[in-house]
Amino acid sequence: MTTNLPRVDRGEFCRQSRLLVVAGKGGVGKTTVAAALARMAADDGLDVLVVGLDDAGALPVLFGADVTFGYEEVLLYTGPAGRVQGRVITPDDALLEYLMDHGLRRVAKRLVSTAIPGIREILVLGKVKQLERADSPELIVLDAPATGHAVRFLTSATGLMDAARGGPLRAQAAEVIEMLHDPVRCEVLLVTLPEETPVNELVETAFRLEDEVGVMLGPVLVNACYTPVAGVGANWVADPETLAAAAGEPAIPAEEAGRLRGAAGFRAAREAVQAEQLDRLTANLPLPQLRLPYLFTPEVGPDQVELLAEAIGRAIEALDPAVVSVAGP
Amino acid sequence: MSTPSDLSALVRERSIIVCCGSGGAGKTTTSAAIALCGALAGRSACVVTIDPARRLADALGIQELSNEPKRIKGPWPGELWAVMLDAKGTFDDLVVRYSADPEQADRILSNRLYRNLTSALAGTQEYMAAEKLYELHASDRFDLVVVDTPPTRNALDFLDAPGRLTRFLENRVFRLLLMPTRASLRALTVATQALLRTISKVAGSEIVEDAVAFFRAFDGMEDGFRDRARRVEELLADAGTAFVLVAAPRRDSVDEAGYFADRLAEAHQPVAALVMNRLHPDFGPGGDAARAAAGVATAPAPAPADVVDAGDGVETGPDEPGSTADPFPLSAAQAEESLVGMRRNLADLISVATYERGYLELLESKIDGAVVKVPFLSKDVHDLDGLAAVAECLTGQVLSRRA
Repeated sequence: MTTNLPRVDRGEFCRQSRLLVVAGKGGVGKTTVAAALARMAADDGLDVLVVGLDDAGALPVLFGADVTFGYEEVLLYTGPAGRVQGRVITPDDALLEYLMDHGLRRVAKRLVSTAIPGIREILVLGKVKQLERADSPELIVLDAPATGHAVRFLTSATGLMDAARGGPLRAQAAEVIEMLHDPVRCEVLLVTLPEETPVNELVETAFRLEDEVGVMLGPVLVNACYTPVAGVGANWVADPETLAAAAGEPAIPAEEAGRLRGAAGFRAAREAVQAEQLDRLTANLPLPQLRLPYLFTPEVGPDQVELLAEAIGRAIEALDPAVVSVAGP
Repeated sequence: MSTPSDLSALVRERSIIVCCGSGGAGKTTTSAAIALCGALAGRSACVVTIDPARRLADALGIQELSNEPKRIKGPWPGELWAVMLDAKGTFDDLVVRYSADPEQADRILSNRLYRNLTSALAGTQEYMAAEKLYELHASDRFDLVVVDTPPTRNALDFLDAPGRLTRFLENRVFRLLLMPTRASLRALTVATQALLRTISKVAGSEIVEDAVAFFRAFDGMEDGFRDRARRVEELLADAGTAFVLVAAPRRDSVDEAGYFADRLAEAHQPVAALVMNRLHPDFGPGGDAARAAAGVATAPAPAPADVVDAGDGVETGPDEPGSTADPFPLSAAQAEESLVGMRRNLADLISVATYERGYLELLESKIDGAVVKVPFLSKDVHDLDGLAAVAECLTGQVLSRRA
């Protein structure tokens, strides 16, 4: 990437790696972020496949698609130029397919899965690798298991290489490791919240993934960040009654003024925590950050995903190209 | 309508409390706070944590995986102990306990397949958590053992875990693998050889050799394991055991909690209490936070009046130096904009509180037990003061700071 580009191009960002693995601790909004990334890439004209690893019932809802979500690819979203398809790869599905491909019967499934530690993870990754090697789609977004599990998931190939000294499974593991080590083919995007414990866990996971898996880490996605609101600072709040007087508005009833002040105080306190944690994240992890806004809605659907996709796109464009290319190959 | 006293009854009367819920719901913190409640109530309480955040682990003095609980000294009448589950070590202990002699134990412990088993076999960590719970309970050292369950996507895993390992060990295929050692050569049938070839073909022959060695080494221990698993299951079903659901007011967490409540009801082990963490304050008219804010509104406002205490220990004041000298630094348009922002913020927070209340009501309708609301705390909990604040929300017990 040339350094004279004023900004990072979102299309180029999406085309940097064929496979984006989205990982994060439970409760940080990993699946929503994965959907928003897929949506952003599709809106930029890419043919995208989003892959869930369990029931992943949330994914169709996030695209407003009324489809049965399973092992077969289904269309989730069509944009002006690109689209998002989705599918699930469960370990059972992957194992069954692998056995069938190797001329083994279904009955072999249970014995193989219990006799060989790590086989389930490796076969899921093997299936993902197979998709990644195919001609289409242009981008695969993998909604990975929650961290803790994510590190185990991504180290399963190394573990298997240790256990199996020969056979097709070892070959499979070797190919998966090759994919994980190649930044043109694969990068991991970690998701967190601007809160203390999630930030700590993210930093720990990032270093473990670099050390134990050797995978490239893309920008960190910080979900649910409060965006600045007039009248509410990170460390102070304005007084509504004074504001009303200054604005020439009728006086605000004391009860309402109290609630406005209380709500602003709560927000200000949260923003202060957030600012502190974002600073800590910046200080402890030398990766660019993409910040996503807090949504004050209970249910996340296609409208919210569109909003988040836009926010990711804008955050990408605001990145320092030098920083991104440092993280690149 | 339940009150916090229902949870304090559990803390005083039950011998085991199992905290379950989705990842990110605050299970670890809640478990530790419940154990602290037990100590505050004069009991000897031990919390088994799975994967505590580092600072909380430091505060509890359990930086390392261990099988031995550590005592946390503090100004409470009872005792507070904590242990960070070492699933592998717990499994090793089981192997040593049920092996016929040290040689058998060594053969298993050094087997490569065994070494991978704890991390690879789904549900092993859950079973070891249950096993540790059983061991601590049976030791009679504690009046109350609180266990934080692993953050499994599938909430059933914890309940099913003891049976799962037994089924693994009793798997028909593995019985066949064992046959050459326990039956005549004729029993090493064509079928067995075909199965071995099948695994070899997929995994390579070394893995098969490891697996065969593992199951041969395990020979004779299944009865002990099965018996132990049955007793662990009985303990989980015992009347002295209470299940506490921990949830955060998010769609996924609430769905999982609801699912778990249904499953526990089917297992005739109803949810004894629900702890709803991270609830936003309600700034709607008549809401809890609105009443608190009313106090702020009636407080005498010292000049300059353009700033107020934001609460939560937040420093207040205009962020531009020198502007305190001017109580009206804003133009009418800026004031209007700020007022719009504040109103928007209030409306946003009211909508959050409204849907969170909906989630709470949904779960309340599913369970008969106590419901405890824990507000969104301004700081993450990573020390005893933080735990004490949670404990106070849970049972109303106050940690007195003088020893």
